[in-house]
Amino acid sequence: MTPSHTAQPEGQSSSADSTAAELEFREATKRYPGADTAAVDHLSLTVPAGEICVLVGPSGCGKTTAMRMVNRLIDITEGDILLGGASVKNQEPAELRRSIGYAIQQIGLFPHHTIGDNIAAVPRLLGWDKDRIHARVDELIQLISLDTDVRDRYPAQLSGGQRQRVGVARALAADPPVLLMDEPFGAIDPINRERLQNEFLRLQREIRKTIVFVTHDIDEAIKMGDRIAVLKTGGHLAQYAPPAELLMSPADDFVEQFVGADRALKRLALQRVRDIDLWTAALARPGDLAEGIRRKVADADLHLALMVDADGRPQGWVSERDLAAAGERIPEKPSSSALPFIDLDDVLRDALGRLLDSEMRYAPVVDGAGRVTGVLSIDVISHALHVPPEETRSSTELVADAE
Amino acid sequence: MAAGHGHMSALLLAQAGGALGCGPGPQHASTFSDAFQLIASERESISGGVCIGGLSEFGDLALRHLGVSLLAMAVAAAIALPTALWLGHIGRGEFLAVTVSNVGRAVPSLALLAFFVAFLGLGLPNVVAVLALLAIPPILTNTYVGVRQVSSETVDAARGQGYTETQIVRRVEFPLALPLIFAGLRTSAVAVVATATITPLANVQSLGTPILEPQTYGFSGQIAAAIVVAAITLATDGGISALGRALTPKGLKVMARPTAQRRLTLPFIHRTRTETT
Amino acid sequence: MIDVLLAQGSGFFQKRTGAGCVAENGFCPSWIADNINKYWTPLGQHVFLTVTAVAIGFSIAFVLSLIAHRQRWLTGPITGVTGALYTVPSVAAFFLLIPVSGRGNLTAEIALVSYTLLILFRNITAGLRNVPEDVIDAARGMGLTPNQILRRIELPLAMPEILAGLRIAFTTTVGLATLAFFAGGSGLGEQIYSEKAGTGGIFFKSNVVVAGGLAVLLAAVGDLVFLSIQRFALPWRRATAT
Repeated sequence: MTPSHTAQPEGQSSSADSTAAELEFREATKRYPGADTAAVDHLSLTVPAGEICVLVGPSGCGKTTAMRMVNRLIDITEGDILLGGASVKNQEPAELRRSIGYAIQQIGLFPHHTIGDNIAAVPRLLGWDKDRIHARVDELIQLISLDTDVRDRYPAQLSGGQRQRVGVARALAADPPVLLMDEPFGAIDPINRERLQNEFLRLQREIRKTIVFVTHDIDEAIKMGDRIAVLKTGGHLAQYAPPAELLMSPADDFVEQFVGADRALKRLALQRVRDIDLWTAALARPGDLAEGIRRKVADADLHLALMVDADGRPQGWVSERDLAAAGERIPEKPSSSALPFIDLDDVLRDALGRLLDSEMRYAPVVDGAGRVTGVLSIDVISHALHVPPEETRSSTELVADAE
Repeated sequence: MAAGHGHMSALLLAQAGGALGCGPGPQHASTFSDAFQLIASERESISGGVCIGGLSEFGDLALRHLGVSLLAMAVAAAIALPTALWLGHIGRGEFLAVTVSNVGRAVPSLALLAFFVAFLGLGLPNVVAVLALLAIPPILTNTYVGVRQVSSETVDAARGQGYTETQIVRRVEFPLALPLIFAGLRTSAVAVVATATITPLANVQSLGTPILEPQTYGFSGQIAAAIVVAAITLATDGGISALGRALTPKGLKVMARPTAQRRLTLPFIHRTRTETT
Repeated sequence: MIDVLLAQGSGFFQKRTGAGCVAENGFCPSWIADNINKYWTPLGQHVFLTVTAVAIGFSIAFVLSLIAHRQRWLTGPITGVTGALYTVPSVAAFFLLIPVSGRGNLTAEIALVSYTLLILFRNITAGLRNVPEDVIDAARGMGLTPNQILRRIELPLAMPEILAGLRIAFTTTVGLATLAFFAGGSGLGEQIYSEKAGTGGIFFKSNVVVAGGLAVLLAAVGDLVFLSIQRFALPWRRATAT
């Protein structure tokens, strides 16, 4: 897992130069008057600067309450929350909130303001001068992949997905060190939701904010989070860990059940083929000396030889029988097709799916040029599931690499 | 019914013979206490020769007042309710409903009454016609909107189960529209009872009679009538409101929190929100 | 009833001009033309009565709404009081006020103002409450103070309802102001009532048509004005989804 560090703005990031801040919950508790149990019960966790912490859990577990305690929309009964080392209780609530980005499920754009005015809301409150605001709004609209002439339209004229992006842009407008997002993609249809999630992860790669992200969907949590905090009903923290660790070693029965019985498969979504150790196979070209190939097969992981062309591209498998029956040289044609080919950049879960689809137990792995780099088999995959979490990647990197 | 002035006086004169025997002449203090006294007991009129006041007279005037109002309401309801129920059911005539409510608000009652009296003469039928005309817009509009607000899924389900169109209106749409219908009836009733105060201008006696004949009833009489009118109107308002609550089916919940979108914003609707909340 | 109508109707169309027309209490365009100047003053008074009543009523109702917005529990009692004021017929109200404020425009104004309170209070309050909750939550979360939220979000978004309330209040008040003469006030009502003609001292048709028509016209103009304001001052309402 990437070690925690203060995020440095990368390359061409936003015009303001505020760095992301560390956020710490220190025994934070919320108790409503007259209630038996606390809504949030002595929550303690630290979100390293520049990382996404996902609060996830069933309804009533206090995840939204905990998030709203950060910007004091809900008052803290006991304990504290520290933003960049300073307690949030020390500032005036309205002032505090202007330094924290806030994006909610129903978005809440002001219907009577244009998109431009909506995004400019907090900068205006902070008293930025007009040119700076104008530039910032343009910058943000481009950042969320919308056309700049959307700035003069009204929210009613935009689609749900577009409004959602504007909500994110609005939260980022004053370049706050921390962002709070409460099921921001919840109101979007599943197809667009996936797109928005990917785009958001790509965005986060650029801007590296500290983000508290609330969701009830464990799959979204695993996809979006650098760290995941699983909360139980009553506001108790069940486990706080990176996604791979959560999937590999759930802390108790509740977490295990919440994560789902398919957690092994979920972990496969976190790795790419290039991340794991592949099997070696003997590579044979038509006309190669058969005896040499037989020796290579004996040393290799796979009992078959893979026929390749002059450039190393796979042509097919040479069966054991054919290899044994070959005279001096390897035959011209392979015994069977080597399909499917697996790409180095494929996510493991998809690779497994293709193997299962084709009823093959193994398949050649090729690089960008189509050359064989190893063999993927079901055994390889299942071995990879036992690899300790430090060696797996974060989703942010996963998505970014694909672009 | 289109009798002249002094409707009671002839009777009283006959009873009392020569001496009036209905209490001392007009007091000169024109305050509320005097007005209340006038309501409670009879006295001689300012112009003399006639017994005015007392519970029996005010009671009689109040009954006439309410009678005219009731008649007008009945006519208005008979016209407006079926029309609006049907229009609402078939979903046509929104423009009509909105225009009727706009125009109905704008026409001043006095002008309308004067118009009718000037062109059609005095008498009860004209008065009832004017009052009914005033009463129709709120009933029409509210009933129309009330029916429109019934969810189409409910109507569809009823139709699918085999209800005829008339049965749907009677058994589904009408009960579900009752809160709004009663709001409309309430608004109309209050307007009618209020306007009935000026019917004496058309020679129809009501609680407006003392108001329009200060020469007989004096200032105290005018105030007394005003008090009784106010009381009656408030009672009508409360009465219809209570009736509406009693008759509205129990399972009816008010619409949930209003959303940002509003379809029809009509004046009379707003009465419902507080009444059924 | 029908024969009465017929008799009146024939009289309507026969005599159109001259003193004979007036004497017969007909609809006399020439009389109207001659006397048209009589109506400007009452019309002006009527406008004055209406506009001041609505303006004062709006100020009071606005303050009440803001108070009820902060202290929700006050909504019920305020609605009850303004509702009672609304229900009491204006004529009765005029007479109940005369001992207090005398005969004249002041009494009329007091009654007219109290009549507008319910409508305006109800609409302003409803408008403020209709602001979607998520917009308010987003505004709070972004760091707007309660006053800023009221001024920049709630009031602008409540404008459609507020303008609707003003529209209704204006047209209703125009109608009620015709009764102002009962309180000793002026306006078109006085004009309708004062011009008698024909035998038996009933209303003079021509006068009624003009005065009454002017009142209706005034109401219609007011209606249009508010409708236009609604259309032009609220651009975001015109924007529809693409």
